[in-house]
Amino acid sequence: MWKWLHPYAKTERAYQLCLTLQPWFWAGALLCLSVGTVWGLAFAPQDYQQGDSFRIIYIHVPSAILSMGTYVAMAIAALVGMVWQWRTAYMSMIAMAPIGAVMTFIALFTGAAWGKPMWGAWWVWDARLTSELILLFLYMGVIALYGAFEDKQQAGKAAGVMALVGVVNIPIIHYSVEWWNTLHQGATISKFDNPSIAPEMLWPLLISLLGFAFFIGAVTTVRLRNEIVLREMHRPWVQALAISQLASKQQVNHSVKGGN
Amino acid sequence: MSLYQGIFKRDMHIAFNQKAELVQPLMFLLMVVTLFPLGVSPSPDTLQRIGPGVIWIAAILSSLMAMERLFRDDFQDGSLEQYMLSGLALPAVSAVKVAAHWLVSFVPLLLLSPLLAMFLNLTVDMYIALVLTLLLGTPLLSLIGAIAVGLTVGLQKGGVLLALLLIPVFIPLLIFATSAVDSAALQLPYHAQLAIIAAMLLLAAALAPFAIAYSLKVSQN
Amino acid sequence: MQFESLADFINMGGYAFYVWLSFGVTFAAMAIIAIQSFIKHRNLLKQVVVEKERKARIKKARQQQQESTSL
Repeated sequence: MWKWLHPYAKTERAYQLCLTLQPWFWAGALLCLSVGTVWGLAFAPQDYQQGDSFRIIYIHVPSAILSMGTYVAMAIAALVGMVWQWRTAYMSMIAMAPIGAVMTFIALFTGAAWGKPMWGAWWVWDARLTSELILLFLYMGVIALYGAFEDKQQAGKAAGVMALVGVVNIPIIHYSVEWWNTLHQGATISKFDNPSIAPEMLWPLLISLLGFAFFIGAVTTVRLRNEIVLREMHRPWVQALAISQLASKQQVNHSVKGGN
Repeated sequence: MSLYQGIFKRDMHIAFNQKAELVQPLMFLLMVVTLFPLGVSPSPDTLQRIGPGVIWIAAILSSLMAMERLFRDDFQDGSLEQYMLSGLALPAVSAVKVAAHWLVSFVPLLLLSPLLAMFLNLTVDMYIALVLTLLLGTPLLSLIGAIAVGLTVGLQKGGVLLALLLIPVFIPLLIFATSAVDSAALQLPYHAQLAIIAAMLLLAAALAPFAIAYSLKVSQN
Repeated sequence: MQFESLADFINMGGYAFYVWLSFGVTFAAMAIIAIQSFIKHRNLLKQVVVEKERKARIKKARQQQQESTSL
């Protein structure tokens, strides 16, 4: 069933996949983020209790959901790398880590900026905020561990183990609002039969979520390409690619160099 | 069976030969606990409020210091490689080493705990809860810690990195352990917290040896 | 449009500081990581070319040395 994935164990194919996907992801990100943001900021109705400050939801919720989603994706990539020994899996894992960390930071920051006017505090140590902060630490730990090894194949395996150990945190974050009495709000979107949010507010939220997801995908394709080039620097296809890319961008400089 | 006993005995012998390495984390623990009355407030009520957390945090920090010796010497002198080549099951070897390490590092902590409880003005009920959380929780520290130690054993500056990796993972244990002792302070039952810690311990006991073995293979390369 | 005027929009019902701080920091962070990724990409490709040219120069120098010693 997964045979169609097998070619992407090779770095060259993975690189090509990134190039193919990239324009779609950037276009999708630009479109959905602009539509979602404009709709959410200007056209969605005010909240009955929270007024206009609730508009922060259009960045807070997508970034929070995706901070967890990216971590799970990272853990799956680590698992694939470990079980099937795919280098591209480890490279994807480390490509996703920084953008996941940025999403976590955005979730924490916008949560604080929303919490201050609404509940009077920039920060409380309730279960959801604390476990989201732990998620940020886990991201930083994976990135730090990967950077500590010279041999990047070893680095991928080590960081992969830590990513998998940390994935236990994800259900804790998600269910923290059910398991503990917390200041943070409960689930609104996942109650499918009867969502507790008005449709005029729900649609821009979903579009923003899609926009953020496209953005993460787009940045990941760039970073995965970077990781592939870094690791495969001596391969002929990388060298040919680099020369053709730079030649097309800097024709004047290149002809000056070639003239020497 | 006797081979694993041999590894256990060897680790215990080495530990007792390196008494300084064993005593230093304990002294660190004692000194860190002492800092809180001096730096925060010596008021008995305050100390009782913060006591459980202080002892657990100090335990976590001192265990991070002690943990590095778990695989370091064996890695550097090649014994680890010998274990891997010997045909012994590496998860079992890891489990034995972690058990020896726990006995050597945490039993002294448990023995020291009455003194720490007295320093921080804990009641008898709180102390009983503390000992139960330490008994259930410190093996968890050893098991999960060993995974990260296995990953960083080959690195030059593994020390701080080890702390960065492990502290986020230890936070749930810290929360449940201190919650148990706080409940004891209020004369409330704390079976739930202990049960959750026990569940985490059982999960770790079942899975960590395999993760530790994998980590050691990654480091040995 | 939920707002009467542009001034109302910017004011965000009194929550201007928090809303614009959130959106500002968010999009700034996203821009930073996107731009940094692209810059790294360009620098890596340049590095590949430089490395290749360096290797070619070394190889050429070695060949010249061999020719001069065999003469």
